[in-house]
Amino acid sequence: MVGQISIDNAVKKFTSVDGEEIVALNGINLDIRPGEFISLIGPSGCGKSTLLRLIAGLDFPNSGVLTLDGKQIKKPDCERGFMFQNHTLLPWLNIYDNIAFGLKARKIYKEKKNEVDEYIELVGLKGFEKSYPHQLSGGMCQRASLARALVGHPKVLLLDEPLGALDAFTRMNIQDEILRIREEHNMTMIMVTHDVDEAIYLSDRVVVMSARPAKIEKIVDIELPRPRARSNPEFLRYRAEVLKMLNYGGEIREVEYYL
Amino acid sequence: MNVIKKILPVLSILLAIAVQIGLKNSNLHPQTKPYFTYVLLGILIIYSILFILTFFHKGLDEKISYKAYFIAGAVLFFNILNLVTAKLAILPVLYFPALDRVFGVMVEQREVLVKCVLYSTRLLGYGVLFGALVGIATGICIGFSKTFSYWVSPVIRVLGPIPSTAWIPLVLISFPTAVSASAFLIGLSVWFPTTIMTSSGISNVQNSYFEVASTLGARRFYQVFKVGIPAAMPNMFLGLFNGICSSFVTLVTAEMIGAKYGIGWYINWQKEMLSYANVYAGLIIIALFFSVIVTLLFRVRDKVLIWQKGVIKW
Repeated sequence: MVGQISIDNAVKKFTSVDGEEIVALNGINLDIRPGEFISLIGPSGCGKSTLLRLIAGLDFPNSGVLTLDGKQIKKPDCERGFMFQNHTLLPWLNIYDNIAFGLKARKIYKEKKNEVDEYIELVGLKGFEKSYPHQLSGGMCQRASLARALVGHPKVLLLDEPLGALDAFTRMNIQDEILRIREEHNMTMIMVTHDVDEAIYLSDRVVVMSARPAKIEKIVDIELPRPRARSNPEFLRYRAEVLKMLNYGGEIREVEYYL
Repeated sequence: MNVIKKILPVLSILLAIAVQIGLKNSNLHPQTKPYFTYVLLGILIIYSILFILTFFHKGLDEKISYKAYFIAGAVLFFNILNLVTAKLAILPVLYFPALDRVFGVMVEQREVLVKCVLYSTRLLGYGVLFGALVGIATGICIGFSKTFSYWVSPVIRVLGPIPSTAWIPLVLISFPTAVSASAFLIGLSVWFPTTIMTSSGISNVQNSYFEVASTLGARRFYQVFKVGIPAAMPNMFLGLFNGICSSFVTLVTAEMIGAKYGIGWYINWQKEMLSYANVYAGLIIIALFFSVIVTLLFRVRDKVLIWQKGVIKW
């Protein structure tokens, strides 16, 4: 079983425009089991995406170590697939070529050609292979981007609010697709999201992060059998619990400002 | 209504023919064969064929209906021009020759003119090919290599804006033949805008495209050729367009330095001989020639950039 990630005391600092030092991540420790689905949730700008980018190897921690299966993460690699908030499909390639991009870049396209069609079918884009991204809807582009991230069989799939820009129905459909793919291919998935329902519906554990400098506030184990029902009372209890941690519990808060 | 609109050009052509045949040429103009009549008859025949075809082809019908006013107007313009030159000689005869003579030059001197066009095409071809290739290569290197950019960008900023024709004195002594010297000048004028637009196109590529490519396992070299360059393609075409337009200016000037033939050389030569009919014939040919080249460039662009929704229209 592969896809075990450990994050050991990761610190990430940025320098702001006026030269001030901003601590984005303040000593994050987290161990992710192989095949686990983890959601990172927290207020805007709390460093969830930064953490995800560190795991991807797109950014580097100022101190601390991140490892995948015992190997330190030093640069982006195809064993850690990344799905961005915007679909980031290359506009000059059609859907087929976009999905085949990684295989071609790694020069394994000839052997794995049939997988491209397989994944196109899996995400429901059959018949749109020749279309260009600008001709498709946002949901379809996001599906293509999912297929592109999956086709190289990464050990870990990193999802940076991938469904944030989609309408509610498309979002729920793609959530189910993501779960199905996870079951079939048994990969570790880590998702940044703002949507509490989405986090609980998908995750084995929900990691709640605090505002800047980001720390892990609490880790909630979601012990619900799958497939999960969004209206199940247990589901709603988890929902209330997570919302409360994020200070949206519904209790009367001290009024901090007047309109 | 639509049919009346489509008939307008026919009426305009018939009117022009009536003026051309019905009125006597002024004595101030030298007498030639009525070439303008032939041109008008040619247009009439072509338009009539198209007019008949519009009843069977919907796409053509829309096109012709749309262009009908313009065709009628353009013919009317030449009709009036013919009236004030050949027929009434209102404009100075030396500088405004009769249309009969302008078209006559194209027929009678066709061998020289074709040779000129071929020579110019060859010169432009060498220059544009050389300038575009070097320009794109320089632009890519500046866009991707910090060291290259550090050393070369300042040089480009100083040398680039100099009009390439200002190099003529230096180029004349450094190149063995007039053709290579002129081709170099044309290349220079294509090189600068192509370089600038290519490098700025590459530096403006969204970083997330490179990031996504790297998470998919693409190495640096692959990213340059499969992400950076295609993403900068629209800008490259813009640079090529600007470069080719300025190469036309350079071509006409460069053909003054020891060229044996060439359309720019022809116009200059005829101007010195005060044969304005030949100058106009040359101008018409040069206009068509350049327009065809730019049209070809845009055709290629539309093919290559099929993924992009139109930016500049031609």
